Amino acid sequence: MTRYPVITAVANVLAHAPGLVRYGSKPLRDLAEDAALLPRLTERLRSYLDAVAYPPNQAYIGNRAPETLRALPRPWYQSADPVASPDGALGDLIDEPELYSLLKLSDRARLMQVDEALLARGTEGLVRRSLVSAAEMDRLAPATSEAIARVIDTGEAIPLLAGDRVVGSMTRGHEHDESLTANVLLENLVAKATGVLALRRLLRQVEPRLAAGEIEFVIAGSEEAVGDRYQRGGGNIAKAIAEGAGLEAATGFDVKSFCASTLYALFNAAALIHAGVFSRVAVVAGGSLAKLGMKYRAHVARSMPILEDVLAGIAILVERGTDADPVIRLDTLGMHTVGAGSSQQAVVEALVMAPLSKARYRLDDVDRYATEMHNPEITEPAGSGDVPTGNYRLIAALGALRGEIARDRIADFIAARGLPGYAPTQGHIASAVCYLGHALGAMRAGKMKRALFMAKGSLFLGRMTEAADGVSFIVEA
Amino acid sequence: MDLRGKRVLVIGERDGVNAPAIEACVRSAGADVLYAETLCFV
Amino acid sequence: MDLEGQGRIRQVVEQAGTDGVIAVLGANSPTAVEMTALTLKSGDPSYAGSLAGIALGIPSYHILEPEITGQVDGALYDRELALSALAMDVTEVIAPMKAIRES
Repeated sequence: MTRYPVITAVANVLAHAPGLVRYGSKPLRDLAEDAALLPRLTERLRSYLDAVAYPPNQAYIGNRAPETLRALPRPWYQSADPVASPDGALGDLIDEPELYSLLKLSDRARLMQVDEALLARGTEGLVRRSLVSAAEMDRLAPATSEAIARVIDTGEAIPLLAGDRVVGSMTRGHEHDESLTANVLLENLVAKATGVLALRRLLRQVEPRLAAGEIEFVIAGSEEAVGDRYQRGGGNIAKAIAEGAGLEAATGFDVKSFCASTLYALFNAAALIHAGVFSRVAVVAGGSLAKLGMKYRAHVARSMPILEDVLAGIAILVERGTDADPVIRLDTLGMHTVGAGSSQQAVVEALVMAPLSKARYRLDDVDRYATEMHNPEITEPAGSGDVPTGNYRLIAALGALRGEIARDRIADFIAARGLPGYAPTQGHIASAVCYLGHALGAMRAGKMKRALFMAKGSLFLGRMTEAADGVSFIVEA
Repeated sequence: MDLRGKRVLVIGERDGVNAPAIEACVRSAGADVLYAETLCFV
Repeated sequence: MDLEGQGRIRQVVEQAGTDGVIAVLGANSPTAVEMTALTLKSGDPSYAGSLAGIALGIPSYHILEPEITGQVDGALYDRELALSALAMDVTEVIAPMKAIRES
């Protein structure tokens, strides 16, 4: 039998976006009720350098292995990471001018404006990173401050800020269409631009070997809803992202299951390749504007910096099986079916025990488990607990109930095969996939044999079912 | 506190005990359920 | 912490009254259950939600408190609750509940 499809490259990117925190879902709703909250929010926004120096962000972009965070004293935001660099082994952490410039590059409907100074600064950074060409940026037309102010004053546009300066605007796409408001379009454009960022970075990684035109299909699995009033979730941001990254030979589609979307997209890509339909598929996910500042109230109340000030993106290249790269074991798929029942035990059995059993592995045959990797420093102040640890405790507890792990070894199991949370609370990105790049590196270096990736999707939030959902599979060297 | 006859607001959590599980348990003990929701903190 | 469903709960309670009404919670974080219990008893302590300043006086229990699990059939407990009981630190999570009920 041919070897299962393999993962050959992963890009993990971040974009610092303090000016967009006010447009996150929670801040936006709070500010609509009480505009006086704004100064208390803005005074807790941190600088780009602080965001770069933040150890969990360095772990995300690949400059430190996530498990090394355990040795750093908490709070992590109080010690600058000694290995900090905006250039990660897995991807870039770009600054706000670079992000806004990417938004402008991604804006095909001509609804976004940025001023000349901002565009020049951002362009310089993106060109230096070899993520854009000077030529394509030259084709963009900056706007005057007057033009920017005009659309904001009429109420057709929302302001884009850098610090306390208005540097741009996002205009609505239609007077009456709720799916084309300025806020919705900004959310979608942010997802597109950060997806493009990740995909372009991925292309730089594989450049010597592969040209953009050799990727045949793009599958996106992120959290936006691109549509209009007749079809709110029309979708296919994948194609928009493919276009934004210059993949002339590709089309694509979106996969959606709340936060499990990206991992499902990866399984889908592998299945298409294994079936012989394609040879090379890129999986991509842009960041979530809605989730910026989700826990900001707790951070402000404790005089912490607002830690949810970065958008995340990811891109993964999947190709036909080679001997050199880790495989996606399509024979170990974990699925939570309709009939499985809603108990926590049914969920963990479906997502962990079933994949192991399909491969005839025991719990300790897997070197690392990647679950919901949300940074606990973000969630604990808000009373949301340590999400990865809560999930590892479920896995270990089930192992104990089955007699595979002694109850007094639960903590050891978690220390050895779990990881501290490090991902920004960007939903689908934190759900397992943020560890793919690290696992790829460890497997290529011969330091890891296999990892189990499991993502949960909270379908019940959409009120069409009470069911939860998730997907999982093993990746193996 | 006897659950029989009580009217319950069920507030579950995805990674803790979810709403369907709580609901099954309190109903089996004789309570009615007025409201049920599973929270997802992330 | 936000109890985002405060608005809906308020509506339900306005319709149904509070006689014999209790809340049963399932979160695995002591802070989360504490905030929910306080909100349903004395009003939203963060003053951010619909129940700010509204004391419904509804007592909250955690599903894993012995006084609740003692009323759940054994087979049902094994299927729906046993794993969570082993995974979370039950003592820690249920610790705030009684004091809030009795306050």
